[in-house]
Amino acid sequence: MTDIEAAPLADGIRRIVIAESKRANVGHIGSALSVADILAALYGGILNLPSDRSQQDRVVMSKGHAALALYAALELTDHVPSGTTGTYCADGTLLGVHPERDLDAVDFCTGSLGHGLPIAAGAALAARLQRSMRRAFVVLSDAELNEGSVWEAAMFAAHHGLANLVVILDLNGQQAMGYTRDVLDLDAPEQRWRSFGWDVHELDGHNTSAMQTTIRGLDFATGPPHIVIAHTTFGKGVSFMQSVIDWHYLPMTDEQYHQALSELQAAAA
Amino acid sequence: MRDDFIAELTELADVDERVVLLTGDLGYLVLDAFASRFPDRFFNVGVAEQNMIGIATGLAEAGYVPFAYSIATFATMRPYEFVRNGPVLHNLPVRIVGVGGGFDYGFNGITHFALEDYALMRAQPDLMVVAPADSAQARAAVLATRGLAGPIYFRIAKRGTPVPGLNGRFAIGGIQIIRDGTDIALIAIGSVAREAQRAAEMLAEEGISATVAVVSTLNPSPTEDLAELLGGVPLAISVETHYVNGGLGSLVAETIAEHGLGCRLIRAGVATVPRGLAGSQRFLEDRFGLSAHRLAATAQAALTAATA
Repeated sequence: MTDIEAAPLADGIRRIVIAESKRANVGHIGSALSVADILAALYGGILNLPSDRSQQDRVVMSKGHAALALYAALELTDHVPSGTTGTYCADGTLLGVHPERDLDAVDFCTGSLGHGLPIAAGAALAARLQRSMRRAFVVLSDAELNEGSVWEAAMFAAHHGLANLVVILDLNGQQAMGYTRDVLDLDAPEQRWRSFGWDVHELDGHNTSAMQTTIRGLDFATGPPHIVIAHTTFGKGVSFMQSVIDWHYLPMTDEQYHQALSELQAAAA
Repeated sequence: MRDDFIAELTELADVDERVVLLTGDLGYLVLDAFASRFPDRFFNVGVAEQNMIGIATGLAEAGYVPFAYSIATFATMRPYEFVRNGPVLHNLPVRIVGVGGGFDYGFNGITHFALEDYALMRAQPDLMVVAPADSAQARAAVLATRGLAGPIYFRIAKRGTPVPGLNGRFAIGGIQIIRDGTDIALIAIGSVAREAQRAAEMLAEEGISATVAVVSTLNPSPTEDLAELLGGVPLAISVETHYVNGGLGSLVAETIAEHGLGCRLIRAGVATVPRGLAGSQRFLEDRFGLSAHRLAATAQAALTAATA
């Protein structure tokens, strides 16, 4: 895939997020819209996913509550069969609110915050020990930085120079019960990560081509691990959800659903 | 026991390149043999047990067999959710090595007493729990479990003084009978099995005939072997350096109930939180009724009450 396809991929992810959230009548919509462009950048050209498992990049969706966006990205890039997202939150589904390993193309179960970076550090270490070129990508939420285990892994990855480890931080400034600045302030995250010895990049988390260009420019062979701090808007693309805490959990009414769809369609046109 | 365990693990690493050893900055001198022989497969991750299990998960998913080493309390409780959501949910061959079960770190005080690890770890259906009773059995356990695809928790004692009659026997999901008797069964897990065996010797001098059985794995738990044993005696005492709830005593109670057996059970173990009570392993085990002479006294009292 080329960079050109990432932006429409993000539009497609958002449409699926809105449609399947409405059908299933579940929330976490704002988080999924926030991370849509990040996943589009990754699945729309960054990830190496050949059929040989030993050569595949590993992906840890550590902000598991936005898994619907991941399912949409997997479906739109043919990593799961067409129609798979139609089973989201149905009885007996493999597609719960949080991703499970039993779904092909999901590398690790997530849903409890703070687990993803330790696991990804292990995946990156394994690739190095095996002299493999594969990389480990992990998508963190900003509120997840509240978890101490994130910083345990941050220290480990920097100490061991895991250059094949890439964090994408979905910095939308919100968490379940409020804005991060009010709950537990994460001011100057770039300084925090730099002081932990990481290679830090900051950019617009809704600019897929900028993200792809930055990630392609990283040194995956030597040097420190990488973090791409992606500044995002919670609920991006749906005006009444943007930066509104309620959309962490709430499902949509019929009226809200139709407005959301029409806004997304207008933006994609 | 821990030295023998690590020696066996080092030999295993020699023939199995998948073996990696992680430590949460514990095992001073104990891990040197492995670390010096396989420096590329040894990682001191620092005092960070959650991260250690996360790393082990990532390594195991890629084909490694990581052993994650710490003191039993820190190896089990601190990263418990990482164990559950990582090696257990993904069914990966991570080996969690908890050294110093029960009161092994007696002088270190309550933060270092592992008294709920059996209960916690056996609550995860796909997590095998292995608790060798002595060094020879620990070595046998490393060999017997080497090819298993799922996760394992090893509770490894500091000392591995031989348990007479065990002779290194180990079977996944089975018990080892190390003494035959008819009046009472002493059923032990871990290195305290030695106290149970000595208690049986004391009881023999009083004319009481005791069976002594050693349980070495939970998940699979030896329920069939236990049911057969418990069906043949009127009284059993479970013996474990662990809280009385959730560990071996609970397993024996479940087995009696689910098989409809008439055997009475006394659960020897720790029934209260041992606050403000440091001391030698021997002192603490005696204090909580787990020394040979206190186990023998418990048995005698129960048998006397039954015939009164």
